[in-house]
Amino acid sequence: MDFYDRDVVSIRDLTREEIESILDLSEKMVPYATGEKVDRVLHGKILGNLFFEPSTRTKLSFESAAYRLGCDVIDVSEMSMTSISKGETLADTIRMVDAYCDLIVLRHPYEGAARLAANFSINPVINAGDGAGSHPTQTLLDLFTMRQAKGSLDGLNVVLVGDLKYGRTVHSLAEALTMFGAKLTLVAPDTLQMPDEIINHIKEKGCRPAKTTSLEEVIDKADVLYVTRIQKERFPDPAEYKKVAGTYRINNAMLREARRDMAIMHPLPRIDEIAPEVDSSEHAKYFQQAFNGVPVRMALLCAILGGEI
Amino acid sequence: MDVKAIKEVKLAPIRNGTVIDHIATGQALNVLKILGVNEYMDSTISVGIHVSSRKSAEWKDIVKIEDCELDQKTVDKIALIAPDATISIIRDYYVAEKFRVVLGDHVTGLAKCCNPNCITNKNEPIETEFAVISRRPTKLRCSYCDRELCNISDNLL
Repeated sequence: MDFYDRDVVSIRDLTREEIESILDLSEKMVPYATGEKVDRVLHGKILGNLFFEPSTRTKLSFESAAYRLGCDVIDVSEMSMTSISKGETLADTIRMVDAYCDLIVLRHPYEGAARLAANFSINPVINAGDGAGSHPTQTLLDLFTMRQAKGSLDGLNVVLVGDLKYGRTVHSLAEALTMFGAKLTLVAPDTLQMPDEIINHIKEKGCRPAKTTSLEEVIDKADVLYVTRIQKERFPDPAEYKKVAGTYRINNAMLREARRDMAIMHPLPRIDEIAPEVDSSEHAKYFQQAFNGVPVRMALLCAILGGEI
Repeated sequence: MDVKAIKEVKLAPIRNGTVIDHIATGQALNVLKILGVNEYMDSTISVGIHVSSRKSAEWKDIVKIEDCELDQKTVDKIALIAPDATISIIRDYYVAEKFRVVLGDHVTGLAKCCNPNCITNKNEPIETEFAVISRRPTKLRCSYCDRELCNISDNLL
């Protein structure tokens, strides 16, 4: 699969075969991601890590992925530190950064920012999250974690719970899972259910998701329980946030009904959706999932910049 | 008076100008919006709303503009809200040219995205771009933010 010099803006840009090839390469990267093996295959390359919105995992895991492969990193962490605060357009910022590095990773508060960056940049662009839009590398690491936990992605029963309206990770994930014939159950308060546009898109791909507000009703059938935080910062009205905050809280008592090998995932950060007592159970895969950001992003950097391991 | 001999003319023929026919009923006012009809215009415009079609049993709207021929951008905008419309260029009462509007696979610079958080609404040096995802009815998806355009006629540029 040829990823050399390609942009990764949306999971919709990738086929099932392309996703599988990235997951296979990610598997190979695991010993390099832990430092067990060392290969500076991207020595001499420079990654431009532009984060115009707060991020811990995505930013650090991209940096870690780059350094593990010998790639240097230049970065921006705040919009106020750039000429954007002086009124420069994103297009101009991208053209300038493009001249300083070999690949741009962009996190931005506006939807479509990564597509714009890809249009203006000569070098490839990876979308690290644009507003409430896409976050394709999160989807890839979610799929990688599911495959690792369950052995295969085909036909999994996946329950998505929490904020399915504003949570960008679940939109891309739901679309990607339909490529693998997953059975989706969407658990959310009515005001936070998945937008019709996304549901229509996954229906077109042959998936018929079930919707409910009760997690207890469906937890016993899940192979994977994917929990998301109800994101305060995405709510236009704080009163609406207060109404739904804390609706779902996973604890050990609730997990008695679950399959023994059910995997619990969460893109993190969590607030109170998963009780700390769950962390030590066999179900908890969310810290493994956070680590998996490194091998998956290493695989993408290598494939796009032409490094071979 | 012989009633049969009376041929009712709802919109008088024009000598020179453009006839936009087969507009989906209810869309004539949006066509006028696209044409930018205002008090500074020096053409006469006749509008037929909910007119019975001679060719089919369906209803349609018609707009006739005297002494004016449309540019390509205006025709492309009309295709967005009236995909079956025909344009006839009239010269000295005769149809000099007649064609149907064409909606391509992509639409560039004709409408704005209805998502206020889309990068195309943030003063960047770019034209809006949409993919046509359905033709009956017309549905557009923003090529930047992936959001479906909620109301085409309200978002025409």
